Amino acid sequence: MFEFCSDPSALGDLKWMACYLTTGKQFAFYWSFGTVLLLLAVTAPAALAFGFAGAMAARARFAPLRWLGLAYTSMVRGIPDIIFFLFVPIALDQLFEWLRHRALCPDWDQPVRQGNDFVVCAAAKLPQSSAPQWIHESYGFALAVLAFAIVFGAFAANVLSGAMKAVPRAQMETAEAYGMTHGQAFWRIMVPQMWVYALPGLSNLWQILVKATPLLFLLGVEDIVYWARELGGSKTSTFAYPHPDWRIWYFLALLVFYLLLTSVSERVFARLSRRLSHGQATAAGEKLRKAAA
Amino acid sequence: MSCLDTIQAYGLRAIGLGERLLPRTDFTLCDQFVLIGSGLIWNVYFGLLALFFGFWFAVALAMGKNSDHLAARKPAEWFIFVFRGSPLFIQFFIAYQAFVLLPRDGIPINLGIVELTADTRWLTKAWAGALIVLFLNTSAYAAEIFSGALRSIPKGDLEAADAYGMSTWQKFRRVTFPTMLRLGWPAYTNEAIFLFHATTLVFFSGFPAWQQQGDALYYANYFADKTFNPFIPYPIVAGYFVIVTLCVITGFGLVNRRLNRHLAPSQRQRLRFRLQLVR
Repeated sequence: MFEFCSDPSALGDLKWMACYLTTGKQFAFYWSFGTVLLLLAVTAPAALAFGFAGAMAARARFAPLRWLGLAYTSMVRGIPDIIFFLFVPIALDQLFEWLRHRALCPDWDQPVRQGNDFVVCAAAKLPQSSAPQWIHESYGFALAVLAFAIVFGAFAANVLSGAMKAVPRAQMETAEAYGMTHGQAFWRIMVPQMWVYALPGLSNLWQILVKATPLLFLLGVEDIVYWARELGGSKTSTFAYPHPDWRIWYFLALLVFYLLLTSVSERVFARLSRRLSHGQATAAGEKLRKAAA
Repeated sequence: MSCLDTIQAYGLRAIGLGERLLPRTDFTLCDQFVLIGSGLIWNVYFGLLALFFGFWFAVALAMGKNSDHLAARKPAEWFIFVFRGSPLFIQFFIAYQAFVLLPRDGIPINLGIVELTADTRWLTKAWAGALIVLFLNTSAYAAEIFSGALRSIPKGDLEAADAYGMSTWQKFRRVTFPTMLRLGWPAYTNEAIFLFHATTLVFFSGFPAWQQQGDALYYANYFADKTFNPFIPYPIVAGYFVIVTLCVITGFGLVNRRLNRHLAPSQRQRLRFRLQLVR
């Protein structure tokens, strides 16, 4: 990046470090922080949507749908989330390929599972083997996002269905007394009021989501953990910038990044809950009222 | 090979007993059940020991966090902040790298007359290194729970203890500690469940599975990679974990009943497993 970087081996410590920290590989590492933030930005709303659908399904009057919703909300209670992170991407990948296989190659007569192989016709492969590298990477990232959304959707469904139950029963009874239908009462009375009850759970969920992002590495995405291992490993003198094993420093940098991220979001949520408690008939709202008076 | 043979060969494979080579072809359902089940030994080992040691450390940390002395409060607060604010996955990586960097032939400790050498190699093994990380991690989470419980002990209880003329230790032993446990127990149950779930991360986070001795998820992942069929091994390991979770809830429920035994039945809080997201 700087002109004096042309011959790293002749540089002093400070300049060497400046050059080392601005190589192309290092910038890939810096960009991967963006990958993590992108994952958070995409997953949080998606998980909320999944959670809302799950919580709604768990309250449905149609029994099979309710069972499905209850199964979805309770699956994360007993089963470690990492199992889902390993399972969902492969399962989805095979599901998509199988569906495409059925649609695109109707005259294929061999079974899809042959011993230890999963065989679909070439046209059904996802992504196509001729596709450029970035498509492969985005497809992997999309599967990872979907896995995160499904798992955290289940967590969010737990929080939201608890919040729906916390809305005072009298409010719903009043709505019924006014002759609102189930749907009207749900959308006009329950949904607007449930958020203040859901916020503590959702803020905890956000913290858990932030702390789950390094698991992207297990899904094969080139995230910060991948680059930290890659760049930190000891480099021999065949490399332009030889150095011993620096992985611990890279991981310490990640630790600081996560500590900052969690403590900043903690502060944001504290503010948000203050804002939402204004004028509410809760202990927190009462405290705000007294402080102002 | 019948299923009984498989159990004999692989039932204790995770701790190095039995057949040396893992099954490579013709995986039967029995193979998968037995091997994944043997991996569960490690999950239970990590979970139980981290929980046991972590409990005592967490109580100490919670007392520290609620202490009036700055010298006790600040370190406890920082410890809890660092371990709760960062991902366990990163903590595993850092710990492993740090243990690897320790001198290979031990640290000499000079005791004046004799010179001892502290062996450090065992720290890089999962059974010790990962256990230390899990211990510190669960201590931080449990300390947060207990310090919250300490703050919500009814004021009257403490005043009554003072009025009876109890010494500081007596007050702690008879009032503060039991009440703290009682109030924090539902949340602590939740933490214990999450801790058992977190043990599945160990062999995916830097700590190598020496001689392919891994935990339940390690073997499930092995089968999924070999058969390219995720629909059998992962549900098996999920089923095992549902059983572990139910055992944790039952065990903690018994303790909860004992902690609440002096209360009138109407005041007792039943330990219902509602997912509390505090991690």
